[in-house]
Amino acid sequence: MTMKEKLVNILRQDARMPIGQIAAMLGVSEAEVNNMMKELEASGIIIGYTAIINEEEFDKNAVSAFIEVRVSPAVNCGYDDIAAEIAQYKEVSSVYLMSGGYDLAVTVKGSNLREVATFVSDRLAPLDGVLSATTHFILHRYKEKDKMFVSETDERGLVSP
Amino acid sequence: MIDYDKILSKKVKDIPFSGIRKFFDIAASYKDVISLSVGEPDFKTPWAIRKEAIKTLEKGKTTYTANAGLEQLRNAISDYLLNRVETRYDPKKELIVTVGGSEAIDLAVRAIVDIGDEVLIPEPSFVCYSPIVSLANGVPIPIETKVENNFKLTPEQLKAHITPKTKLLILPYPNNPTGAVMRKEDLEAIAEVLRGTDIMVLSDEIYSELTYGAQKHISIVQIEGMKERTILINGFSKAFSMTGWRLGFSAAPEAVTKQMLKIHQYGIMSSPSVSQYAAITALTECAEDVARMRDEYDLRRRLIVKGFNDLGLECFEPEGAFYIFPSIKSTGLSSQEFCERLIESHRVAVVPGDAFGKCGEGFIRVSYAYSLNHINTALERIGEFLKELRNDNKA
Repeated sequence: MTMKEKLVNILRQDARMPIGQIAAMLGVSEAEVNNMMKELEASGIIIGYTAIINEEEFDKNAVSAFIEVRVSPAVNCGYDDIAAEIAQYKEVSSVYLMSGGYDLAVTVKGSNLREVATFVSDRLAPLDGVLSATTHFILHRYKEKDKMFVSETDERGLVSP
Repeated sequence: MIDYDKILSKKVKDIPFSGIRKFFDIAASYKDVISLSVGEPDFKTPWAIRKEAIKTLEKGKTTYTANAGLEQLRNAISDYLLNRVETRYDPKKELIVTVGGSEAIDLAVRAIVDIGDEVLIPEPSFVCYSPIVSLANGVPIPIETKVENNFKLTPEQLKAHITPKTKLLILPYPNNPTGAVMRKEDLEAIAEVLRGTDIMVLSDEIYSELTYGAQKHISIVQIEGMKERTILINGFSKAFSMTGWRLGFSAAPEAVTKQMLKIHQYGIMSSPSVSQYAAITALTECAEDVARMRDEYDLRRRLIVKGFNDLGLECFEPEGAFYIFPSIKSTGLSSQEFCERLIESHRVAVVPGDAFGKCGEGFIRVSYAYSLNHINTALERIGEFLKELRNDNKA
């Protein structure tokens, strides 16, 4: 693994890790870590740092949905325009172009069920080019961004060989 | 009333309990302890291995296996050794699948040692060698390795301890508790002393997969003339995070394996069948898991070494296993005092270095088989402890 790959792996695990600690783990100077991070940011490999929120814990009424969207691609720009249009809504947290049985995978979150339903029926479905939208509500989260929502317990004793 | 003291074997009674065990009892009496004392991986066994075990149970493959272990597993071990230590072992005649590396150590010692034979044991090292030698009526001869030699065994030290009674040299590298590793040139020098003698080597390579740095693990069997005088021992516990599965193996010349197999046959019969089937999956499908775990340990290793050095507890950089062995001599406390006071006042458990041999006095064993958060919290607490010690000394 290159130093950059190792750095990215560490940040994936914990983007708030102090630079000094990252430097110690990689065996390089803090300045080198800072430089690598700047390069990763400038080259668009790191596009931001956010917290992973347990949304349902944060707001008991919050609802998230995963929507399979089928669209008809526009003549000159394929899927990009319609994807960009969907992405700009504040309710939308991710948009991916997919292979397989549908075109766009859209995750949406709202403060309650009605809000998500309204978004799909009033905003998403009527968009020009959207052929169909199949909404799946998320019932429970187990893992997000490499993090388990319930961590495994340490079964080991206090002291062992 | 039966006087058990009269009945029980004197030889067994004379063997002390493990110093690790003793410290465990102390640690267990406190609540909210953060432990850096565990000698087993914090990763769960890779899922593919667990799944294979479940499948094996569902199919009801729960019988005894061949004494030496499943043929398919021995073939896989043979391929693994060819790949890792570039040495070919005949799966039919030179390999035994054992109940952990520990059983393999016991078999090897018992197969070789007669009454009064001397066995050389570099220390600090894992707690089992000396008692096993004593139980086999041998005489354990410790060789004190030095921090200034990075806890490696030097040829001069080896020569100085060889007598006409020397039968076996234990080579416990990568080392628990120091993390020391014997590189190719170190092993060449040891081989030079041993070639032409009748001294056998027991090379305990249980931590071989956890070797850090650009150079990969080298076994003494790779050095010219050494395969024929070496019993190589390895296992699944550390590399594949399979401690509770109790599975290891020995690789040794046919004549030695034959005698070891007799002891195994009568004492154990065969290693657990479910573990054996699962181990085939470990060897054939899980190289990536092993690499991932090693990379993770490596990051923690650097962090914790720097952490201890920053705290003023000098720590040589270990190249293997998942322990560091910092010196606590600057505190003026003995290893036992340091560990007991640390757990008493700040609830952090580390193991006193003298549990691994007399020359471990003045050191502590710290395991980094823990998450980064856990390690950081422990480092903070140890930092506070040291600050209080310094203030006490001033007052």
